[in-house]
Amino acid sequence: MEKHCTESRVKGVSTGTTILAAVFDGGVVIGFYLRSTINKVIQVHDRIFCCIAGSLADAQAITKAAKFHLSFHSVQMESPPRVMAAASVLKDLCYKNREELQAGFITAGWDKKNGPQVYVVALGGMLINQLVTIAGSGSTYIYGYIDAKYKPNMTKEECLQFATNALALAMGRDNVSGGVAHLVVVTEKGVEHVVVPGDKLPKFHDE
Amino acid sequence: MLEETGPEWLSEEVKTGTTIIAIEFDGGVVLGSDSRVSAGASVVNRVMNKLSPLHDKIYCALSGSAADAQTIAEIVNYQLDVHSIEIGEDPQVRSAATLVRNISYKYKEELSAHLIVAGWDRRDGGQVFATLNGLLTRQPFAVGGSGSSYVYGFVDAEYRRGIRKEECQQFVVNTLTLAMNRDGSSGGVAYVVTIDEHGTEEKVVLGNQLPTFFDQ
Repeated sequence: MEKHCTESRVKGVSTGTTILAAVFDGGVVIGFYLRSTINKVIQVHDRIFCCIAGSLADAQAITKAAKFHLSFHSVQMESPPRVMAAASVLKDLCYKNREELQAGFITAGWDKKNGPQVYVVALGGMLINQLVTIAGSGSTYIYGYIDAKYKPNMTKEECLQFATNALALAMGRDNVSGGVAHLVVVTEKGVEHVVVPGDKLPKFHDE
Repeated sequence: MLEETGPEWLSEEVKTGTTIIAIEFDGGVVLGSDSRVSAGASVVNRVMNKLSPLHDKIYCALSGSAADAQTIAEIVNYQLDVHSIEIGEDPQVRSAATLVRNISYKYKEELSAHLIVAGWDRRDGGQVFATLNGLLTRQPFAVGGSGSSYVYGFVDAEYRRGIRKEECQQFVVNTLTLAMNRDGSSGGVAYVVTIDEHGTEEKVVLGNQLPTFFDQ
């Protein structure tokens, strides 16, 4: 039987989770739920968030270094950093140390030059720009849903509904009973945090 | 010194790492599968039909080890023929699924194949049975194979009870396409079999006729 490669094969502590980041018309939505209290979504600047995947120890070390680089960079440039800058800093650290590290990142945010963006830094240090991306152990179950249901230039409400549905479906299949979904919306105006408790999540055919 | 190991397909086990799906609709069932057979990273057959008839109105969908799955299907085909002669009428879908389950369970250590059994009979209409690892359970729909993980979310979201035949066929094609796009071991064309009281219809949807999504 085909064995599917899941996050649990990564060295070190790895918690069950699903992370999603999607661009809509005017901002990004970052959605996640956590089975444990370990924080996997970090705010690296006012309008830039960073979601970590893979080995937590590696990811925490990288984020610490990245935060320092980024704040220094932002002081030098005398302006808020671009989302691409945050992603690049992470990418550089991942690539230079690719032999030792096993961590990936999703960087999502808003900046004045390019508006809302989502970048993925994959395991070896590859950096790509995507409109929508998912990560975490529960993400395998919703690749099909994301591919089918994401539309570019959705409104904020449509995108929030899309993200909530995706997280609920992943939660339903990823061995999690109950849970809380978090949604962070980043736009030009600022950052908004929406919490959806388990009983308010959408229900599907078998519930 | 480099070792001559020869092409991969000579040494790797042949698997139908695959996507298979069967859904019950109002009046029958629709089965679907991709067509890729891989041996390691080589595709050794890109047009294999993984929907195998067990009887006139009962089909099974093959996944896992190609040899194991085919053998089970052939043995059950024979056993069902004998059984249907003994009872003097068409067999029930549950009987076919039970025969598959009996083999899967008895030889579960040696075999690595998962067959989904689906069909139509006069007593209970359209039915879908999953026989993974030797269990037997009737479900409104079942997905299997390596590509199935990627589409659980989609199928959970989109499945509705009592849909019509054409909608169901489109749903199966959409699901197979999404899985084939994400799973390296699934691909090729989509085979779709529709079974209802009027008969069995086999259809092939070629690669360029499959639906496309926002990033294509």
